Amino acid sequence: MNARSAEAGSGADVAERLTGLVQALRSHGVRIGTGETVDAARALALLGFTDRELLREGLAATLLHGTDQRPVFDPVFELYFPRGVGAPGTGPAKRDELRDRLAAALAANDRALLARLAAEAVDGFGGYGSSPGSDGWSSYQTLDRLRPQTLLARVRDSLREGGGETGFADRLLDDEIRGRIEEFRRLVGAEARRRVAERRGRDEIARRAVAPTADRVDFLLAGRTQLAELRRAVQPLARKLATRLAARRRKAARGSIDLRRTVRASLSTGGVPMRPVLRRRRPARPELVLLCDVSGSVAGFSDFTMLLVQALHDQFSKVRVFAFVNRVDEVTGLLVHGAADADGLSARIRAEATLTGWHGSSDYGVALGEFTQRYGDAVGPRTTVFVLGDARTNMSDPNLPAVRQLAERARRVHWLNPEARSQWGTGDSAAPEYAELVEMRECRNALQLGALISRLLPV
Amino acid sequence: MFTSVDDVSARLAETGYLASPAVATTVFLADRLGKPLLVEGPAGVGKTELAKAVAEIAGADLIRLQCYEGVDESRALYEWNHAKQLLRISAGRDETWDAARTDIFSEEFLLPRPLLTAIRGDNPKVLLIDETDKADVEVEGLLLEVLSDFQVTVPELGTITATRRPFVVLTSNASRELSEALRRRCLFLHIGFPDAELERRIVRLKVPELDTALAESVVRVVGALRAMDLRKVPSVSETIDWARTLLALGADTLDETVVRDSLGVLLKHQDDVLKASAKLDLDAL
Repeated sequence: MNARSAEAGSGADVAERLTGLVQALRSHGVRIGTGETVDAARALALLGFTDRELLREGLAATLLHGTDQRPVFDPVFELYFPRGVGAPGTGPAKRDELRDRLAAALAANDRALLARLAAEAVDGFGGYGSSPGSDGWSSYQTLDRLRPQTLLARVRDSLREGGGETGFADRLLDDEIRGRIEEFRRLVGAEARRRVAERRGRDEIARRAVAPTADRVDFLLAGRTQLAELRRAVQPLARKLATRLAARRRKAARGSIDLRRTVRASLSTGGVPMRPVLRRRRPARPELVLLCDVSGSVAGFSDFTMLLVQALHDQFSKVRVFAFVNRVDEVTGLLVHGAADADGLSARIRAEATLTGWHGSSDYGVALGEFTQRYGDAVGPRTTVFVLGDARTNMSDPNLPAVRQLAERARRVHWLNPEARSQWGTGDSAAPEYAELVEMRECRNALQLGALISRLLPV
Repeated sequence: MFTSVDDVSARLAETGYLASPAVATTVFLADRLGKPLLVEGPAGVGKTELAKAVAEIAGADLIRLQCYEGVDESRALYEWNHAKQLLRISAGRDETWDAARTDIFSEEFLLPRPLLTAIRGDNPKVLLIDETDKADVEVEGLLLEVLSDFQVTVPELGTITATRRPFVVLTSNASRELSEALRRRCLFLHIGFPDAELERRIVRLKVPELDTALAESVVRVVGALRAMDLRKVPSVSETIDWARTLLALGADTLDETVVRDSLGVLLKHQDDVLKASAKLDLDAL
């Protein structure tokens, strides 16, 4: 146990740290009640401070309610229950010597040692500035000086020499080492963030520097790795939805009494209705039509749309999907049952469907008009239509009559807009006009989408 | 039940369950805080096995409620034995209505189902509520009463309260979102895929005949597959299956042919097999 955690072990400070942690988690949308905080405190008391990893797991078990909260929890935990400051007993290390030790640690894949080296590296190479107020700690600078990625060949050679293994698994070696280096970079980032937090006050950093959970990431702003996480968030969504719909349908099938058939059945018992006959309801099969904007301006959203489309296509039998930019084309045929490959799908759609005329920017007016003309018969009184897009018309005619016509023919039309409500109507957005004709809803992240879809879909 | 987190690990290991620190910590806390344990994670990482292992350590009866769509109160809690009740009524023809009524709703005609069984009796028990996410929302409501107060109300008999709390493990594959109220009552544990070191030990323990170097390669290949973007990545149970397959095939090292021929043990979708083959260069012979 080092000095800091011993100090952290004393009474009031612990309570303060714990409530600080809880506050920070709450500000990131993790719902924690007082009961959980008390449990966490009891867990703290039981586990003690000797092993930080146990403490982390214990607090996670008592405070969290779901797997997706973990990516928020871990960085916040790092801030409130930091590893000891600096490495015990060593001064600022020489760069080459540290690289040597790092290479050895990477070869041995020693997590604990890597964490200590990350702390040491930030200590030795991450500091910048000298006057108080302008100084700080930078993970970028640390990694730039240390260049852990250049150690790949060296680590590989030392592993090959040591193990002498040349079998099949050897071809995985490079990827494995890359993974370890990536882990080290992450550790350096966490360490630098922690040091900045010490200086600036951890509450503020905890609020700002922790990425939101995947289901709260804005579609339009999602980066590459976040998209991958989003994908994991969406895939179970459609299945969840399908089971919920099935349950609702089942429930709707029971209940109301068919009077005519009850009376008829009662003839055999002399007019006494012994056995009530329940109304049999013909299951209404949901017919879905999806109209998706796949233009560049909503790229993040349309990738995500494709995931959703694929997922719905797998779960419902009657789904027709149309994609548009400024021309519209049916892409239902391009969807393959069971292939959850969004990248491939949007590429296929772009390659095989005619979506653009003489320019490449989206034109809702022309596309919607073409849809009602060419595919008008796809929409009937039992159809629910989902339009997915930002309603930005690039200054051209929004073609409101086409939308009105669509709204009249379909059972329901729902428009999901990936932009914030406050943005609607700014610039070339025709959202308010469309919103008067069909229900338009803000749908900016997977959380909102999940709530929306389960409420909106027909039974 | 346990003295420390290390004690949990050691005793779980004795039963053949190698636990990560996260698992051991949470089991320890669940025991000490007396709270149910909600375990989530991909299929085949040992969620159900954990409950079995804990039951074995405690020398407890394992009571299992397997949830499915449509599981209801009478399957989860208790039922009246109607046939026996009818028999009783027709056997004693001369008695008064009141006497018959008090008699047929007595202990003798009660059929306890898992939840009721788990809170009655004095011997230690582990209650496993498996695949909680498969059950309907109404059942969750039922679980709330049982899990927070460890009591069950049978209208004809009154409230039955546990004299000895069972150790409760709920598992879920997250196919449906469990309610916030239920999550609140539980300690939450996510069992993911183990790190390479732990998985190696698990393979060595479960398939001891396998050569050490080969076990190492097996774990590395599985690790590489998990890093790929597949529809269903291999789980621990698949790793063990694969190790057993290799043993049966008499393979002493991994090469393209062996891996290609046995990839079906690890991957369950054809497009995954194709993708993995391409990434692992299995066709470049």
